[in-house]
Amino acid sequence: MAKEKLAYDEFMKGLWRENPVFVQVLGLCPLLAVTNSAVNGLAMGLASFFVLLGSSILVSLLKNYIPKQVRISCFIIIIATFVTVVDYSLAAAMPVIHKDLGAFIPLIVCNCLILGRMEAFASRNTLRMSVADAFGMGAGFLFALVALGAVREIFGVGELFGITLFGPNFEPWVIMILPPGGFITLGVMLLYFNWVEEKKNKIDKQLAAEDGVN
Amino acid sequence: MSEEKTEQDTGSEEPSPHRLIGTLAVAGLLSGIIIIAIYLVTFETIKENKARELRESVFRVLPDATKMQKLLLKEGKLVVSYKEEKGEEPIYAGYDDNDKFAGYAIPSDGPGFADTISVLYGYRPADRKVIGMWILASRETPGLGDKIYKDAAFVANFDDLAIDPPIVATKKGKSKPNEIDAITGATISSVAVAKIINKGNAYWVSKLPEPGNEPAYEVPAAHTASSRAVDTQAP
Repeated sequence: MAKEKLAYDEFMKGLWRENPVFVQVLGLCPLLAVTNSAVNGLAMGLASFFVLLGSSILVSLLKNYIPKQVRISCFIIIIATFVTVVDYSLAAAMPVIHKDLGAFIPLIVCNCLILGRMEAFASRNTLRMSVADAFGMGAGFLFALVALGAVREIFGVGELFGITLFGPNFEPWVIMILPPGGFITLGVMLLYFNWVEEKKNKIDKQLAAEDGVN
Repeated sequence: MSEEKTEQDTGSEEPSPHRLIGTLAVAGLLSGIIIIAIYLVTFETIKENKARELRESVFRVLPDATKMQKLLLKEGKLVVSYKEEKGEEPIYAGYDDNDKFAGYAIPSDGPGFADTISVLYGYRPADRKVIGMWILASRETPGLGDKIYKDAAFVANFDDLAIDPPIVATKKGKSKPNEIDAITGATISSVAVAKIINKGNAYWVSKLPEPGNEPAYEVPAAHTASSRAVDTQAP
């Protein structure tokens, strides 16, 4: 029971409390580059999710056999293998999306989020915990990509997942699907997450103070 | 991946260089095997996807065509080709249901606003007209430059466009048969498409045979043994 709780905790940590994008501010290059539509964000998020999960499992299983002097090289080899698998599978199964994501699929190899989880978590924890962590971080990254892509697509094109939302008189804010729109949207979302964090800290402090009084 | 287990399990503080090299070699080898495997598994599908995409593009720029074949320029003559050759510069001939020649689909590329734009356009030599245009690849700005293929009105500019004198993109509203309307906010991309087609024409038009002497449609069945590389039949 306690173990279950711990794994769930690892998952929620990645998805929300330590969200890789909104809290740790990692992996911004693919985030800003591909999120001009929700579908692209979803595809990129799923690709990263798969790579992160596969690499986490393998690194966690092999952690005792990889000498620490060559661990980073081994992590990169493992990550790169998974990325190549994703790249070819996408090209075969979804050529349109593969074309849209273009160079950013191979670049998952150097996504600092994935290498960071290998070094900081999977190489030091059990398989079970590593899987929970990968699920959490992968879902957190996916969530961030889709959220950003959705906001930018809604304002920038007036659509969501390709479905027109507004009437014909809607004038799209073209800037939202251009690079500056990515920065603006991300900035607003970071602002929100920091505000929530601050508010939570205040409440925690208040509760602690009340506890002290009683 | 359990091969690595048998290598060593001493876990000493300073592993020998052999162990380090060994680990990397095994990792590299396994990774290589996996990559080759996935390449072989997906190779046929990826090739089919590309061939289908090309076929659809050709039929898009040649409205009357239902069949196509690849042509290569050899010693100044256009010959039908079924093989893929290194560094080839193919054009495609489209034919209608009665095997009547419907036009050439000519690929051409050149610099756009961001990165190279690859264009495929349909050309009918009988009246020296461009009869269709499709963007094969581009990285133009989403929302502005990408209108060169997303904006149906812009694409329609190329449905009936004279090539003499060379095509001009204008912002004042087209009035001559060789003019296209540039997209507001994406003038550079619009001009680039016109220039790319002019470049393709400058290279190809003089090399094409006299109208009426186009290569005839060859039934692919006769070449099945060697025609696997380019599937020419409409789906």
